[in-house]
This record gives sequence, structure tokens and C-alpha cells, in this order.
Amino acid sequence: MSELATRTDKLPVPQARGAVSARESPLQYLTFSLGGEMFGVGILNVKEIIEYGTVTEIPMMPRFIRGVINLRGSVVPVVDLSCRFGNELTRIGRRSCIVIVELPENEDQPVIGVVVDSVSEVLEIQPSDIEPPPSFGARIRADFILGMGKVGGRFVILLNVGKVLAADEIALLAGMGNGQLAEATHAGA
Amino acid sequence: MDELTSAFIEESREQLADMEAGLLDLERQPGDVSNLGAIFRAAHTIKGASGVVECEYVENFTHQVESVLDRLRDGRLGVSQALVTLLLRCVDHMNKLVQAFAEGLPTPAEALLAAGKELTAQLLGYDQDLSARGADAETRAVEKSGGGLVATDYWHISVRFNPGVLKNGMDPLSFLRYLVTLGDITGIETLDDAMPAGEEMDAECCYLGFEIRFQSRATKSEIEAVFAFVQDDCSLRILPPDSLVAEFVELINSLPEDSMRLGEILVRIGALTQAELDASLAQQAEAPCAAADQSSALPRIGEVLVEQGLVQPEVVDAAVERQAQVSQKKAAESRMLRVHADKLDSLIAMVGELVIAGASAQLLARGHGGEMLEATSILARLVENIRDSALQLRMVQIGETFSRFHRVVRDVSKELGKDIELVVRGGDTELDKSLVEKLGDPLMHLVRNGLDHGIEPADVRRARGKPARGTLSLDARHDSGNVVIQVRDDGGGLNRERIRAKALERGLIQPAQTLTDQEIVNLIFEAGFSTAHSVSNLSGRGVGMDVVKRNIQALRGTVEVASEEGEGCTFTIRLPLTLAIIDGFLVEVGRASYVIPLEAVVECMELRDVSARRDYLNLRGEVLPFIRLRHVFGIEEPVSARESVVVIQFAGQRAGLVVDRLMGEFQTVIKPLGGIFRRLKGIAGSTILGSGEVALILDVQSLVHICSEKQNGSPQDAARAYCAPQLS
Repeated sequence: MSELATRTDKLPVPQARGAVSARESPLQYLTFSLGGEMFGVGILNVKEIIEYGTVTEIPMMPRFIRGVINLRGSVVPVVDLSCRFGNELTRIGRRSCIVIVELPENEDQPVIGVVVDSVSEVLEIQPSDIEPPPSFGARIRADFILGMGKVGGRFVILLNVGKVLAADEIALLAGMGNGQLAEATHAGA
Repeated sequence: MDELTSAFIEESREQLADMEAGLLDLERQPGDVSNLGAIFRAAHTIKGASGVVECEYVENFTHQVESVLDRLRDGRLGVSQALVTLLLRCVDHMNKLVQAFAEGLPTPAEALLAAGKELTAQLLGYDQDLSARGADAETRAVEKSGGGLVATDYWHISVRFNPGVLKNGMDPLSFLRYLVTLGDITGIETLDDAMPAGEEMDAECCYLGFEIRFQSRATKSEIEAVFAFVQDDCSLRILPPDSLVAEFVELINSLPEDSMRLGEILVRIGALTQAELDASLAQQAEAPCAAADQSSALPRIGEVLVEQGLVQPEVVDAAVERQAQVSQKKAAESRMLRVHADKLDSLIAMVGELVIAGASAQLLARGHGGEMLEATSILARLVENIRDSALQLRMVQIGETFSRFHRVVRDVSKELGKDIELVVRGGDTELDKSLVEKLGDPLMHLVRNGLDHGIEPADVRRARGKPARGTLSLDARHDSGNVVIQVRDDGGGLNRERIRAKALERGLIQPAQTLTDQEIVNLIFEAGFSTAHSVSNLSGRGVGMDVVKRNIQALRGTVEVASEEGEGCTFTIRLPLTLAIIDGFLVEVGRASYVIPLEAVVECMELRDVSARRDYLNLRGEVLPFIRLRHVFGIEEPVSARESVVVIQFAGQRAGLVVDRLMGEFQTVIKPLGGIFRRLKGIAGSTILGSGEVALILDVQSLVHICSEKQNGSPQDAARAYCAPQLS
């Protein structure tokens, strides 16, 4: 499915959904809550879920990059999803987790962690139960959303992690953050 | 790609590299036959292997090359510069074909095919006017055979019959008559020295010996067979014609690479017969009995053979040399083990983990003390040894990289019409494989620069009283934990006035600025700087030295230039031995830990007596600007009561870093930060501490650069900017 995810990322959404439904198989999504909302990511993109531990901050980076963690010897960046969507920084609580997401298409940064409030469950969502994303109203960039899954009368926002965590875009933002922060620091100093 | 294919590709590349090296040698010493043999064998191996992996386009093209090489080897074609150039181009083409095969293309690209056709046509040209050239080459081969033991192209047979030969019923004359059936006796001299005075002479004894000049196509053993019946009743020496000596030497060189005894080699090529060998071996065995009390070693078989006049010394020398080559190669092969680079990398990665785990164990042990501490410190020492030997595995000699430049120097100097010699020293200096790979481009740039701008044309050189032939040298050596590579030319050196003028023109310096000579010279590393009058396709586009400098800095190295006007110019590159593990100095700011590369750290001291508004301090009368990491990194935790300054030094510049706590030295396994941090400046990477936390490794040079840029908006020297009075 990670292949599938790769493919759907590159196709326009309606076609992608067509490709998904052609398979006629329910897909599994890991759901988690973030600021009171339910989100889902394709299970095959999820490498593992770990407890929120020590995150080393990286200076001169935009706020949505919380820092890096030591994941059994490799250094993995951690992104604050809430902040990436333009909201406040996630407040770390007892149930805060880091979901380690694997993105084969991000060549030089295939593994990224995301901070979430709490992880809920793995759901099977039939392709027929997935609505296209609304063009506005979700308060999240439309290209971040793969679709809206209907689960028990509620909507789960299924994220297009390939877009949300696109390394190139983050690197670009990081570069800009670098400059801004440097200026701010200068003013402060 | 299956195993066979990748083995083919790897092997072909090696063979092609050998061919290239061989061809370059050939150009220098056109007479070296053994070298030609090696080139031919390399081509032959590639052809054979490409047949095995069913890569027709490589096979077909290589076949063409091979047939020309074959003619060269046989001496039917003379070595000329044009031919060597063509063959070198063929080697390049084969490289491209192999590359195409490696990429899995069923047929190479159009352009490549066209290039191949053109080369094939040229190769065929050498094949066709063979008749003319062939005759030419033959006459030369004959001319070459002059000198040596026998001046003519005849066998020389010397035979001394024993006195008893007649009594045994043998007539010496009949043997000589029989000899004529094999060829022509062109001269014969009868030796009667052994003939006693008349009254002592026994009429039934034979006292005669013969020196025979014999022209024949027969082999040595055939000639020997003539005298087979009188073998025991005569002493026989058969010396081959001199033209054969060269042939023997050639044969020796083309023998398959088996370890053979000297005697066996000589018998195999026909310079010695088995009977002669046996006799000599027997004599060799007897000799020590005679010389036993003199405690001398066995005489060597080669010496015995030469002494007895059985074989010419040249042939023995060639055979001995061949033997040495084979045994060396065997020894080198058996000591080498091919390991996939990935396996090594993962080993190094695991050793890195081990270092980290070891550090954390030691951290815990400190709390327990006693035996535990002792055990872990032994462990730590072993881990350190393992780390060193694991890193050693990835070390490769730089010679291979250097030898690539022989070709570059040859081609470029031809193109420029200069006569330049490349001198390579310290090719056995080892450094990390990943470093070597990334070093190629910057070195190429420096070499080309030296060839193009450094070394003057021959007439200018002569006018300046220098040898017409320019010298470019590549040196490598180890120096206190670093690898030092120097690219030196004996050209005109850097023209300071021109550099200064150019820098002014480009706005890199101000007219009022006074700069030392060294500072002026260093300007060539600034972006967009090039003093070449003309833009050639080699260099002079102004994207030169700053790229070199950046590339070297990316390897955590430095590059410096020293120039003596009129004498030449030297670029010195210093590189760390490895990229994977460095010694670091651990500091803390707030709750975050940072690692400063230990090589940059000069000293540490307490921060006191400084005004909060100025970021410099008095270091024994010197102004030392410093950077408050807390501010630069936007750390908000409260300032600790006692801040410290770490004095760092790089590229002749000093600065201070203000930190909260000094934690001491720390072996650092470098973990690169991923792609999303690639635009981050001031941080070189990360590492994992014993506690499992991630610490960032500071890039002190770019950190200072950021700060000075921020303050001045110009990339000028931070120290000068900081202490300049007009700046607040």
C-alpha cells in the first residue's frame, strides 16, 4: 500500500480515489486525535508509535519542527502537526505520542515523526465511505487531505502524509525560518 | 542486476583502468613489450567476460580494439602517438558502453553508437594499412635484435666429444651430417686444443671439438635430439640466435600467471631443454657439497645455467622478473578480500552504536564505582580499538585517485600545447573511502587550474630560465590526524597585483584596505573571482576556487594556497581521516547539549568582566569577539551563574562561544541530519549522547560567518568587523 500511497499522491484526487475503489478492498487507517479532531493516516505509512520522549530542539528552525529524537540510533526529525496546520503548538500531555511515518518518496528524509495528542485505533474504511475533501471549511490546505472517511456518523480527516510531510517543502520553510529567526535574534541581541 | 552482471561491470572497469594506465605507460616507453601484453590481456578479458554476460555491443567493439592491440603486440604495427590517443579514446568509449550496460540498456544510445562507429572506422584503418606498416615493423624488429652474445641470427652449437666416443662405436661426423638435415651449417670451426703431442695420441680417441654456426628453424630440443646418442660422451652447448632471445623474453611475459619454477619457465618457452635442466639441477645439488664448509647457499639455478652457457642472461633475467611479478600478484590477491561497501558501512554504523552504548554504560558505571567502573573502562578501551580498526577497513589508498590524473595531464597538456610532467608522491597514503570519492572533483579543478593558468608555455618558461618541461606534482601524507594533499605547479605563481585589481573591480575589497600578501592570495577563494585573461573550456569561468573551497569544507577540511611569484604555487588541502567519528567537546546551554569539534577548540575560560552590551573580551591583550549561543539559538532558560567561553580557532581566525557549562571531551559518532535540515546553517550534524539524547554538532565556521554577516551585512572577516570602532 505504501506504493499505492505513492501513486495516489501523484495523481489528482478523483482519479486516485478511482484507483482505490477499483481495488474494492477496505483500507486500514491509523486514527489519532489532535486538538479534539480525528485524523487518519494510511496504516502502511506508519512505521511505529512511540511515547513522547526527549525531543532535542533544533535552533533556527520554524516552530512546527519540534526537533529530533533518537530512534534506536538514528536521528529522526519530529514535526508538530497542529502547528503545521497553522494552529498552536501541541501541548504535551500524558497520552501524547510520536507517530513515526515512513515516506519512501521523500528520498533524503524517508522517516519523520509527528506529534499527536493521542492515538485511537486502526480502522478499516471502505473506499465507498470516503468522501472527497471539501474545497474549504476544513481549515487545512486542501492538498493535505486525501479524503473524509465516514466512521460511525463522524468524519475522520484522512491525511495525505506525502504532502503534509513533503521534505522539499519543509526544507524550504526551514530555510526561510532560518533567516527570520536570525533577524529576530539580532534584534534581541 | 544479478551477481554475474555486477561482477562483470566491476571487473571491466578495473580492466579498463589498467588499460588506460598501460596505454599511458606505452606512450612513455613505446618499446615495453610486457606492458603491451598486459593491455592486450585486459582487452581480452573484457571481451571474454562481455561474451559471458551476453553484452554484444561491448564484445563487438572490444574485439576491434583487441585485434589492433594484437597487431601491436606482434610488432606488426608500430606504436605511435596517434594510435595511443585513438586507443585511449576507445577505452573511454568502452567505459561508456559498460556504463550503458550497467544501466540495463539493451543497446547504447544513438550518439554512443555513432561514436563507436567512428572509432571502429579508425581502428579498421590501422588494420588495413597493415601491409605497409607491417613490413616497416618487421624491419625494425630485425634491427632491434643486434647486440648480445651472438651477433648473427644463427644458432651457435658448441660440442666437445669425449675421448671415448669412438671406442663406444660412435662417429662424430655422422652427427654433424645428420644435423644438416635440420638446417644449414653456415660455418664450422674444428677445435684441436685437446690434441696431445704425437706420441701420446691414441688413434682410437677423439680429441676434437666443433663450434658450429647453424641456421635452422628447428627448436632447441630438436637440435639437442640430434646428439641424443652421444649425450653421455660429449658436452654440448646450444645457444639460440639472438633474435630468439627477444622472442623468449616475450614468451616469458605472455605465459599464464602460474607460479612456476625458473627452470620450468625456461623449458616451457624452449630456451632450455629438459635434459639441460636436469643436468644443471644435478650440478646445483652437488655444488653445496663442495662449498659446504664455506657455508654458502645453494647457487641459484639461473646462475648455474648462465655460467654453463646454456641460456643467455637476458632470458634468465626476464624469467626471474616474471616469476617475481607472478608471486607478487599472487601474494597481493591472496591478501585481499572483496567486501561489498554497504556491508562495511553497516559495520561502521554498528560500531558507532557500540561507541554510544559503551558511553552510556560508562555513565551508569560511574554511579556504581569500583569493579563495575573497571569493567566498563576495559570495555571502553576495546570498543575504541574496534572503532579504530573498523574505520581502518574503509581506508583506501589515494594512489588510485591520483593515477587518474596522468590521463588528465596528458590530454590537457596536449590540448594546451604545453609539455607537462605529473609527479605523484605518497600514493599509498590512506584515507576514508567516502572522502576519496568526494575529493575527485576539487582535485580535478586544482590540477586543471595548475595546468591551464599555472604552468607557462614552453617558450615563456625558457625565457624565464626554467626547464621547458613543466612539472605538476600531487603529494599526499599524514599529518597529526589529518591527511594533507598538495597540488603544486612550478609555473608563474599568483600575480598579487592582478588579484588585487580584480578584487577591487569586483568589489570584494575596498581601495583603502591594506591586506597582507596572504590575504590577497586568499581572495581567489571568494565567489566569482577569476583572473584568467581568457575564458578557456578548462577553467576561467569564475566558478573555480570558491567551489573547491566549499567542497573541501563540506568534507570538514580546509584548503590553503601559497604562492611564490615566478616559482609556482601550492594548494594544500587538509582533511580529517574519517567522516564518521570525530572527537568532540561537549558543552551545555540551558538544557541543550552541543558538541564542538575538538580540533577547533583552543582553550576554555570563565566569562567575566564583560559589559552586557559588547560581545568581545580581552584575551591576554587580544580582542576576542564572542558569540552567545543562548542568543543565537534563542534559548529562553535563565542564564547560569557562571558562564564559560570556549575559544575556537579555524582558518587562522579566533572567536569565543559563550556556553553555560563545559562537559568535557566526547567521542562523537556523526549522525547527519536529514534532508529537511539541509538549509540549516551553523549546525554540522547531530550525535547521540550516552544518555540517549540527541546533541547537535556545531559548525563553528558557519556560525561565526552567520553572526558577522548579520552584524555587517558583508562577508568580511568577523574579527575585524567586531573590533572596528565605528560599529556599535
